[in-house]
Amino acid sequence: MEIHKLSGWEISQKIKNKELTLNRVISLFKERIRRFNPQLNSLVSLFEDVEPPSSESSSELWGVPILIKDNICIKNREITCASKILKGFISCYDATVIEKIKKAGLVILGTTNMDEFAFGSSCENSCYGPTLNPYNKQYVPGGSSGGSAAGVSAGFSPLALGSDTGGSIRQPASFCGVVGFKPTYGRVSRYGLVAFGSSLDVIGPLARDIRDVAYLLEIISGWDAKDSTSSVQEKRPFSSALEDNIKGLKIGLPKEYFVAGLNKEVEKNVKEAIKVFESKGAYISEINLPHTEYAVPCYYILSSSEASSNLSRFDGIRYGARKKAKDLIEVYKKTRREGFGKEAKRRIMLGTFSLSSGYYEAYYLKALKVRSLIKKELQEVFRHYQAIITPTSPTPPFQIGERIEDPLSMYLSDIYTIPSNLSGIPSVSLPCGFTKEGLPVGLQIMANHFSEDILIRLSFSYQSVTNWHKIYPREYD
Amino acid sequence: MIELEAVIGLEVHVQLATESKMFCSCPNLFGQSPNSLICPVCMGLPGVLPVLNKKAVELGLRAALALNCRIKEKIIFERKNYFYPDLPKNYQISQYSNPLGEEGFLTVGSKKIRIKRVHLEEDAGKLIHKEKYSLVDLNRAGVPLMEIVSYPDISSAQEAQDYLKELKLILQYIGVSTCDMEKGFLRCDANISLREKGFPGLGTKTELKNMNSFNQVRQALEYEIKRQKKSILQGEKIVQETRLWDDNKRITLTMRTKEEAHDYRYFPEPDLVSFVISKQEIDRQKALIKELPSQKRKRFRENYNLTDKDIEVIISELGLSNFFEETLKYYNYPKKVCNWITGPLLEALNNKRVSIGEIKLRAINFAELIKMVEGKKITNLVAKELLGELIENDQSPQTLAEERNLLSISEKSELLGLVREAINENPKAVEDFLRGKDKAIMFLVGWVMRKTKGKADPNILKELIERQIKEAK
Repeated sequence: MEIHKLSGWEISQKIKNKELTLNRVISLFKERIRRFNPQLNSLVSLFEDVEPPSSESSSELWGVPILIKDNICIKNREITCASKILKGFISCYDATVIEKIKKAGLVILGTTNMDEFAFGSSCENSCYGPTLNPYNKQYVPGGSSGGSAAGVSAGFSPLALGSDTGGSIRQPASFCGVVGFKPTYGRVSRYGLVAFGSSLDVIGPLARDIRDVAYLLEIISGWDAKDSTSSVQEKRPFSSALEDNIKGLKIGLPKEYFVAGLNKEVEKNVKEAIKVFESKGAYISEINLPHTEYAVPCYYILSSSEASSNLSRFDGIRYGARKKAKDLIEVYKKTRREGFGKEAKRRIMLGTFSLSSGYYEAYYLKALKVRSLIKKELQEVFRHYQAIITPTSPTPPFQIGERIEDPLSMYLSDIYTIPSNLSGIPSVSLPCGFTKEGLPVGLQIMANHFSEDILIRLSFSYQSVTNWHKIYPREYD
Repeated sequence: MIELEAVIGLEVHVQLATESKMFCSCPNLFGQSPNSLICPVCMGLPGVLPVLNKKAVELGLRAALALNCRIKEKIIFERKNYFYPDLPKNYQISQYSNPLGEEGFLTVGSKKIRIKRVHLEEDAGKLIHKEKYSLVDLNRAGVPLMEIVSYPDISSAQEAQDYLKELKLILQYIGVSTCDMEKGFLRCDANISLREKGFPGLGTKTELKNMNSFNQVRQALEYEIKRQKKSILQGEKIVQETRLWDDNKRITLTMRTKEEAHDYRYFPEPDLVSFVISKQEIDRQKALIKELPSQKRKRFRENYNLTDKDIEVIISELGLSNFFEETLKYYNYPKKVCNWITGPLLEALNNKRVSIGEIKLRAINFAELIKMVEGKKITNLVAKELLGELIENDQSPQTLAEERNLLSISEKSELLGLVREAINENPKAVEDFLRGKDKAIMFLVGWVMRKTKGKADPNILKELIERQIKEAK
């Protein structure tokens, strides 16, 4: 039995049936991480002293290992957001999602690499150095949750948590051949997630099997008194959506997403996948989302504006690395100059500029208006369609170093994922094939607010007749 | 010579009397040991989120209504971004484009002072500066604050002080804040400029800070008016600047000359959801505004026929005016009760350093005490003495006076012996009196009073002594 190839829920069942022991599971995954992580740099911290699962729970994922992105607070563990400025900072509290997964009996193995403060789409902007793509180490794993995606892809853990502000769960999931799920904004509490763009940030699961995703989503979602933006919407049991029945569902394909900039191989794979949905009885038709082209600039103004304010607290006064200097202003300047990486500084400057008096109306306010247009446009589509299918990323994984000096081309890699964040709707990225070079390709499904169940049904249906999610990178098979 | 007039606007910050802080559940308390009232949220740790204190909005709403403001039903909080070590997140959650209340007013005497805005925000922590380093105490960080900004309708230092007094009274009456300035629960900055009397424009203003009492506000403004007047009359230009009141030197000093153009980069706080205050909630808060000081003033004048000066003292504390009216239920002589409150009772409170809210004395017993004096059962002197005990222990003054054997000696026969004794023992005083020194009689009265421990009625006593001396002659 290749334990690392089992789904999370299968591992949990086998432990409960006494086919496996918890210790064996934990030590196997830890062993794999010790052996392979130095090649990939997926984890930034492997917990030597993992906390044993709570004996009270009997959840479907009891005893299953999980990796946590390094921007979600775990009590008494270091949290850095892959930034020098937080090096050595130990969280004194658990994020709400961490409380929930601990209560459900999941076993946290360690924390994963990311772009600094989640700024990036390649996992190269990290103070720990880049994470590499398990399919080809010349290539990026995507970002910002690149460490979580690479970890699941390489079989370091069946499950991981990431965060998604503009595609940071879905894009790396597609680059690493795993499932990445971005829930509706407000579905999962953000308490304990280090904020990037507060009006866009969502925590979500990465896994291979949509069943694991559904179970994990069920565990982490729900209203939280500590997060005013969390939703009181009742969570339907997501696992009840795990059924192979999509007959009659109406799916739209936005014309604006299948255009010249789209890589041919990606297009081919996604179109193949669409045929699968069609063959299962879904109606497919072309739709229009004319405001798509404004999504990227709109997103970068809003997310950077919020980020510039959210990152103000990292000043070296109360915590984190403080640099000595002659006066207060110099302490701020030196601490932040040396503590933040290049991309973080770029976003802080972009956001500060957009919010400055004289520019606020032209940038921030205008972007807010564009955001509501994009939201409205999607709402309109969902009056007639239950889902939208697009590629997750316009290209397959790109090479390390290829875009790092060209921020604009880097930003454009999120062009298909950003609209979901701007409008707050849920989306999932599913592995749907490989390029000739053997790099993974992902497709994205979007649905209306709080319609995660539709995404789960479509994903389950797709996974029940395809095997892409079961393929492992050759070196980590 | 041109005649100049002052144009003054006040910015007042008031801490709201909530149980907990504005965005977390830490207690809102004063005077605790540094950093003992903090949590990840008010410390601004990575990943935390604010959750709005409903009570703070209710109190703010009540205050805005009491100040006759137009209510902005949609509550939106914004971030005010600036770096300072006492501000854990390096932004303050505040209100900017949508203040809770706008365009209100407050009446001082017969003048209406317009209020521009009333908004809610969180307080910052405190810095404690040592010789070579500074310490941060975050106990105050996140405490709910209300900012009340007036229009520049105030035209003298005294008027500014009166405005503050009235504002404090209103906020105390409606239970929004204790406004204790010594504890920093009320803080005031003033903007002041001068202009030629009768002209509509505005001169260059200075902003005054660091006044720690209403008196200091008045003094700082008086000084600043003089200073600006002198400059203008000498043909100098007023520099737009922030000045600090130095209470030791009694002058204002330049703090920042070059007014830094602060850009706070306000934007809507994405961690809080905007919401609309319901009509019912507005009505509920309106109903909680029982009687404002101005209404009470009017009612007291009409119903009780007290002097303005007395009214001001009685209404200066809600507890005091309540005690006054409660006492009237048992002894309906407003002027007498008022005198007993403004005189002996306040003196006793002062001596014991307690507030009206803290005393054990019930109105019914206070009325009883006054009645006993009026009925000559006890003397004024005894009553004052008893009052000191009554405010500490809930008991009947009648019983207490009996226990202590302090009931008045009104039987002249009882006093006569003591009077004769006084005359015999103090021949010098008697002589003085006979020589026309009327004051000498008071010495003899005092002598007897001491012997009776104040139980004798001094008027009766005086009459008795005079007669005795004259008879003896």
